[in-house]
Order: sequence, then structure tokens, then C-alpha cells
Amino acid sequence: MDQPPSSVKLLGSWADSHTHRVQLALKLKGLEFEYQEEDFINPSPALLLHNPVYKKVPALLHGGRSIVESVVILQYIDETWTDNPIMPADPFERAVIRFWCHFTDDKLAPAVGLVFSSSGEGQKAAVDQVHENLKLLERELKDGAFKGRRFFGGDKIGLLDIVLGCGSYWLAVFEEVMEVKLIDPESFPVFHAWLRDFEEQQEVKETIPAIDRLLEYARGIRQMMLSLSNGSSINNAAATSG
Amino acid sequence: MADQSKGVKLYGTSFNGHTTMVDCALRLKGVAYEYVEEDRKNKSEALLKLNPVHKQVPVLVVDGKPIAETLIILQHIDDVWKDPPFLPEDPYKRAKVRFWADFVSKKVVPIMHTVVASKGDEQKTAAEEFAGYLMTMEDGIREELWTGGPFVNGDSPGLLDVVMGSSYMWIKFIEAVVGVKVAKREKTPLLCSFMEAFVELDAVKELMTPPEVLLQRRMGNPSA
Repeated sequence: MDQPPSSVKLLGSWADSHTHRVQLALKLKGLEFEYQEEDFINPSPALLLHNPVYKKVPALLHGGRSIVESVVILQYIDETWTDNPIMPADPFERAVIRFWCHFTDDKLAPAVGLVFSSSGEGQKAAVDQVHENLKLLERELKDGAFKGRRFFGGDKIGLLDIVLGCGSYWLAVFEEVMEVKLIDPESFPVFHAWLRDFEEQQEVKETIPAIDRLLEYARGIRQMMLSLSNGSSINNAAATSG
Repeated sequence: MADQSKGVKLYGTSFNGHTTMVDCALRLKGVAYEYVEEDRKNKSEALLKLNPVHKQVPVLVVDGKPIAETLIILQHIDDVWKDPPFLPEDPYKRAKVRFWADFVSKKVVPIMHTVVASKGDEQKTAAEEFAGYLMTMEDGIREELWTGGPFVNGDSPGLLDVVMGSSYMWIKFIEAVVGVKVAKREKTPLLCSFMEAFVELDAVKELMTPPEVLLQRRMGNPSA
């Protein structure tokens, strides 16, 4: 299907995993788009106009209208540009995909964010929580509805790969910055293999920033958080924006 | 038309808004289903097997396959039984419906729990926040979705109607508990009108627990 004439613009932040999700989806669909970098501490008038409820990136502008919330945006992209679908056709598979997308944002991501923003006993508990969540994902990959497949989307990456993959790189980054073990390949072999395959995809390599930049960014935020208070600050913007 | 060949089972709990949402959705689609009441304090082996991740109701089982999480169940019901549709055709409007359904899940449901569980000033503040969220929804729906009613979805109820309509009695209950109106007609006329239209539907009327019953239950259990 030809791209409709209306232009596509994405308001995002370079280190925001939810922005990466949208960038990746647009790339997979072969869509041209304009990108505007937003400072999440200082949202532009455009962002406040287009996302008045949450005032956060990402915001997709298409034909003068805005769509926000990354998983909502991904489904919008898939339903508007129907070539190379990122959602399966089967209703049960769609439900499983949505379930794990929700799990990623509702359980896994906050736990990972908590590892980053806490210390001492609190951090230990957060690390345990991340492991519990990864165990559930590992089991799903090994024995669930998509077992035996290279990706949740089959041979090509799909919506859940995008949602889970764009954000999972923080696991390796936080491991190094926080000096904790989060994603041990021996404990989570299937998840590890899936993530490695995901990150090898050309479009993914073009979307996710270099690990050095992410490490530097994370170190900077962690420094700032530690110096701000005695560790009770929950300014975990890096892990939970958008 | 309901596809009677699919075995459909709903695991739920009485006095649970999320169970009501799924119940309503199935009835609106004319789906034949079996209902299994779960004891929230003593969950069955079956439930724990069907929803090992969250271990809670509601869970819908269709042809032996379990689906959990209310909004996911509602979308699944709409995917399987197409008539009447719960979502608009247009992708932009669908995105708006999904946005507001997610808003209910992220903001409205948690604040409702906070109001019920708190007291005094904390409760008043939470109630104000709740009222604020409803006004935000009102503006969004008016601007992005409303085509004259009686429902957000138009002539027949859709996803948002099911979600908010099922919560209407709980909103009334909360208003009685706190002693203030949260869904004020002059502030949220559309919300009030489509929720009222929803609870009157023949298909779902009997599922709507009157606020007085919810209040009596609370008197026996102040955290309910």
C-alpha cells in the first residue's frame, strides 16, 4: 500500500525506549518520517499540545492529528499501513501478544527502573523482582504460545519483539552501571538468545543508540540521583519515560 | 450472531468491577458462556493454572485457551465475536478508544481504590483527583470520539461504554461513601449520559449491582 500523502512526524527523546519502539516500527514499515528531539525535563509547546494528558514522548503526528502511548501508536501504525503486519491475524495470538506487552510495561519495566533508582536492601529486592519477571518470560518463550519460533512475530520481529526488545538493552546497561546481575545467560538462555537475535536485526541496529552513549547517559542520571538525596528520589526517568 | 460452537468459561468474582466488564461484554455479543465464581480469599487450582502470572480474575477461557487481564479479554471478545463491534473502523478513532481505555486502567481504577481505602482528608483529595480524571476523559471523548451518542461507540455500546458503564454503580457507591458528587452532570454530561444509557440496556441490567447493596456490603467490611 502506498504511503498516504499526509506527512508523519515523531516527537521523541533519543534515550527513551518508548520512542525507539515507534522509530523501529516506522522503519519496519518502510515509512519516511520527520523526527523532533524533545527534552523530557522541558517539553516543547508542540508536545504539550499533542499530549496534554501525559505530557511525554513519544507522540506520533499524522495528518495533523496526534497519537500517544507507544503500544497504542504501534497498533495505529499497523492498522494504517497494512503491509508487513506486526500483529498476528489469529485472535488468541493477538491476546497473548497484548498480554506480554502489558506485562512488560506494567511489571518488568518498573522493576528494572527500581533497580536503577534504589540502593541497598531496596535494590536487592528490585533485582529479585526483575529475576522473577524474567523467569516468567523465559517460561513463556520456552513453553508458551510462541515456542520454537525465532521471534514472537515468527521469522520476523513483530509488536511484542519491538515492545520487549526496545527497553531490554537497559538490562545490560544497568548491570554495568549498578554492578548487579540481571540477565545471566545461564539462568535465562532462551530470553538471552531471543534478545541477541533481536539486536542483530538491521533495523534494530539502526534504531537503538550505541551502548557507550546509553552507559554514559545512565551513569549521569545515577550520579544526579545519588547526589540529590539519600536514595529516596524516584526520578527514574531513564527507565520509565513515555 | 453468537458462535455456539466455542466453549466459553468466565472465571470471576462477585462485587468485582472487572468481572462485570467481561460479563457485560459477553452478554452484549450474545455469547453463551459458563460462569465460575471464584473465592477471592481462596483461589482455585484451576484459576492459578489458567493465570499463573497474575493469579487473579477475571480469566476468560475460549476453547480451552485462557486469556487474562480485563482490557485484553475485552479486545479478544471483540476479535472473536465481531457483531456488534466494540471499536470504530477508523484507525485514529481506534487509537483514541485504546488510549482512554488505558487511561481508565492507569488512572481511574487506581484512584477509585484509593478513595475507597482511605479516610478523611486523604479520601477527599483522592475524590477530587478522581473527579479531575473524569473531566479529562469527558473532554477527550467530546473532542475525539463523540458522534452524538447515546454511546461513545455511537448507536451501540463499545469498549469504553463497557468499561465506564460497568463502573457506573461503583462511581455512585464512591459518591455515597465520600458524600460528594464525583461525576457531576454539569461537568461531565457526556460521561453521565452514556453511563446511564449503558446500565439501562436489557442485556446488562441484571449485572448492575445497586449502590445500596455495595454500601451495605461495605458496612460489613469497611475495606470493601
